[in-house]
Amino acid sequence: MKDRDIPVLPRGVRVHFDRVREKWVLLAPERAVTLDDVGHAILNEVDGTRSFGEITRMLAAKYDAPADQIAKDSAGFLGALRDRRFLDVTP
Amino acid sequence: MSTVAPPIAMLAELTHRCPLSCPYCSNPVELARQNSELDTATWSDVFRQAADLGVLQLHLSGGEPASRRDLVDLVRAAREAGLYTNLITSGIGLTEKRLRELDAVGLDHVQLSLQGTDATMADEIGGYRGGFARKMQVAEWIKEIGFPLTLNAVLHRRNLHQLPRALEMAEEMGARRIEVATVQFHGWALKNRDALMPTREQAKKATQIVAEARARLKGRLVIDYVPADYHEDFPKRCMGGWGTTGLNVVPDGTVLPCHAAQTIPHLRFDRVQDRSLAEIWQTNMAFDAYRGTEWMADPCRSCDRKTVDFGGCRCQAMAIVGDAGATDPVCVKSPHHGALQTQADQHAAQADAHLTYRKMPAKIAAEPVEM
Repeated sequence: MKDRDIPVLPRGVRVHFDRVREKWVLLAPERAVTLDDVGHAILNEVDGTRSFGEITRMLAAKYDAPADQIAKDSAGFLGALRDRRFLDVTP
Repeated sequence: MSTVAPPIAMLAELTHRCPLSCPYCSNPVELARQNSELDTATWSDVFRQAADLGVLQLHLSGGEPASRRDLVDLVRAAREAGLYTNLITSGIGLTEKRLRELDAVGLDHVQLSLQGTDATMADEIGGYRGGFARKMQVAEWIKEIGFPLTLNAVLHRRNLHQLPRALEMAEEMGARRIEVATVQFHGWALKNRDALMPTREQAKKATQIVAEARARLKGRLVIDYVPADYHEDFPKRCMGGWGTTGLNVVPDGTVLPCHAAQTIPHLRFDRVQDRSLAEIWQTNMAFDAYRGTEWMADPCRSCDRKTVDFGGCRCQAMAIVGDAGATDPVCVKSPHHGALQTQADQHAAQADAHLTYRKMPAKIAAEPVEM
């Protein structure tokens, strides 16, 4: 994931609050993935306009955490979603 | 009984009617008639109950769900209930207008079945002339509208050689995902093992093609693979564990732990007309019968894979061994494993076996497809 890449949830993939289990989940075609706090925080910033770099800098500021660690974690998380076709990335 | 974790997915078999008559149909051999089907209001209530229970994913299936006149209303009700709504269809019975209506009410995803990669194969397997051409038209509309698409290629001895082309077609249709599903022998397929059983070589080749394609298409096309399980050494993790992740409501409102559960004679089921879905999930004896690991005997009981595959498929143990509580005979630890492999090779060697198509009970056969 490069700094300028713009991640976006494609049609058919959405963040959903599971009111029965009281957890955030990512709903995708025939799949439901439980989101932890970090995953949910990252996806909250994915709006189809912000770049990966902007997202990770925002998160670093918001959570007062080292930017390179946030970038590394986010790239791993978003990359795994991309591999499963739950996330599109436009360069 | 609040200790039972809620289900994630529900399969709603809206109808058993279908314009196709695939010889591997997973519907029971005793198909439900139209006049026994739940009405729109009852299904809508079941969807709300499912969402309240914890279901996230709803699979609308059949038969052919497009054979229901009220499909658009049902999808609307499912979305209003907050469910992720997936339409499992052959495409037959879907017009462009109807697809746009489904889009408008919020259908999330389409799973389109593929009986073959050309008209000759597909129409023969589906038993419906012209079906392939109509399916390809539907695939174009799906792409135009932008529905997320999974192509479901159902494979067996007659069409396994078409797997490479099916992978290409998935990409051409813009599918994000393909399910490479070797026929599982339940329902009508059980009658057709001589005609459909893949050879051991075919099964091996398919596994190899899938592995290569997964590497080549990584990030472009996700491949879910259901191997030819008679030729495997470990059974499938059927239903993600009986009574743990999914439930199935059939056209007349009966609630099943899996689509073939009615082949297990001692199980007693409940209907949504008589009890709430939550009560059924938590207390119905059929769900309880094989939930968890308590029911297991050896070799499952002492096996380190018992929470990996939960002993495999209960309905397959019933069909092959005559005991739904036995280890799935696909498992290398089952005393019946060797016999099953021999049997699989014998089925696969019946080169001249003819197809037995699925049939509705008389009178219903001429039911027109709702457009």
